[in-house]
Amino acid sequence: MALDIDIAHVARLARLELTGEELENYGRQCADILEHAARVSAVDADGVEPTAHPMEMDARLREDRTAPERMLDRDAALAAAPAVENHFFRVPPALEED
Amino acid sequence: MTPPADIPDIAGAGRALRDGSVTALGLAERVLARTHMTEAQLHAYLTLDSEGLRAAAAAADEELAAGRDRGPLHGIPVAVKDNMCTLGLETTAASKMLAGYVPPYEATAVRRLREAGALITGKTNLDEFAMGSSTENSAFGPTRNPWRTDRVPGGSSGGSAAAVAAGMALGALGSDTGGSIRQPAAMCGLVGIKPTYGRVSRYGLIAFASSLDQIGPLARTVSDAACLLDAVSGYDPLDATSYPHRMEPAAARLDRGLEGLRVGVVDMRGGAGVESAVSEAFSKTAAGMEAAGARLREVDLPTIDAALSAYYLIAPAECSANLARFDGVRYGLREKGRNTAEMMSRTRAEGFGPEVTRRILLGTFALSAGYHDAFYGQAQRVRTLVRRDFDRAYESCDVLISPTSPTTAFPIGSRTADPMTMYMSDVMTVATNLAGHPAVNVPVGLDGDGLPIGFQIMAPALGEPVMLQAAAATEARAGFRPAAPYHPERGFAEGGI
Repeated sequence: MALDIDIAHVARLARLELTGEELENYGRQCADILEHAARVSAVDADGVEPTAHPMEMDARLREDRTAPERMLDRDAALAAAPAVENHFFRVPPALEED
Repeated sequence: MTPPADIPDIAGAGRALRDGSVTALGLAERVLARTHMTEAQLHAYLTLDSEGLRAAAAAADEELAAGRDRGPLHGIPVAVKDNMCTLGLETTAASKMLAGYVPPYEATAVRRLREAGALITGKTNLDEFAMGSSTENSAFGPTRNPWRTDRVPGGSSGGSAAAVAAGMALGALGSDTGGSIRQPAAMCGLVGIKPTYGRVSRYGLIAFASSLDQIGPLARTVSDAACLLDAVSGYDPLDATSYPHRMEPAAARLDRGLEGLRVGVVDMRGGAGVESAVSEAFSKTAAGMEAAGARLREVDLPTIDAALSAYYLIAPAECSANLARFDGVRYGLREKGRNTAEMMSRTRAEGFGPEVTRRILLGTFALSAGYHDAFYGQAQRVRTLVRRDFDRAYESCDVLISPTSPTTAFPIGSRTADPMTMYMSDVMTVATNLAGHPAVNVPVGLDGDGLPIGFQIMAPALGEPVMLQAAAATEARAGFRPAAPYHPERGFAEGGI
């Protein structure tokens, strides 16, 4: 199964700024791996329910209340951030995006 | 050649601590002295917390003296894979992305270890974000195998395995997404347990593939590993996937032997490139189980051939979603950019190594519009069939057996050029992760190069007690108490014994 992967598009979706050479390498390797992985399509699994999760259990709900023991202190939450301003995470302009 | 005679196993250390022949601080100093001798050669640790270890050891001694005994892990030095958050102690997942990151909270498994009295020695090396089978994908350099330093220790929990095998800790925590505890345990001559999905809380484990990841122990004996597992197991409200009911302790049946146990021999169909020393050791061990009273039968898992393919779609898909959080905003690396999107794209390109980048790309592709159902959806349906294969096998078997890894430890650098060859290392182990079942590696001997050979025992969900019953009996029969050969001046041998 020969796959034509638009690796530059995939890299954009994944927010990875890669060089042309890197894209070419990764594209080739991904195609090799996907060729192997495409063996799943040889398995007759029509009508089989997909498994997203190994344990069959119902989603559990917790009580709807503020739980301080599960919360980080604001300063602790911000301590590892690359840039902070007035107790907020600071990022470069977001609206110039094309 | 001196094995680490001065570094006891956990059970032995527990006896020595209680009969007064050693103190926790004395034991910690021995472990640190050992680490001082061997770490430069092996690079098992990313962070060694000598001062934290000494302080915790002194506190453990005071507690014992005051009559407060926390149980079998009291005063025992244990290493933790560096993808588990440790409060106030750097946690990097072996990635440039998280270099210098100090977590503001602690993984539940680590917290439970400390509450059980264990002392954390430090954080061990791994393949970046636990993606790999050799520990060569660490951004901070590879770990070497104590049995032969020109070989990999396996991966991704290779630092934990090397640390325990070299006596730099008495036990360790690793994480297993597709074999990352069992395969390094096999390659370093240790017992390594991948628990049932949900048995151990994943809270504070830096996620790789959330439906497959599970924390588990590595140790020198089945009983040590069971003891570590029981200490970290149990319901945790902070992990929505943790198993909410009471579980039989993993160590409950260790002394029951093999008599009458129904053991299924997994037919690997010769397609897995199993080395002859590995298959010989496997056959010999299986025959030994039968001689000890186990009832062996062949079992066919028809979908197992497709399990590796399904795994290498599901794991990258989940990885691409989980690693989206590394975007240069809240923690970790940030590269400059004119706008947020550029900053994120440059940060991620710079921060992730090649294997992580490859898996993010693979997963993003497998989940992208037009391919989602053919790849990810089909892989999830195959996952259901893999589970059904196991369910059918467990109707007539208590446990299943196979080799853990098709090969013993391979030379450093020998597989890095070809990702697919590296992935084949996981062919025996991924199916149990897909099914969510437990599995254990038991060391059963050495190959002609003096490298350890592993043996895998699998069980149905929550079947750890019977699985470890079989493992303990197998360990006793193998009579193999592994210790990597160590020379006091030359250290570990590059070319083996």
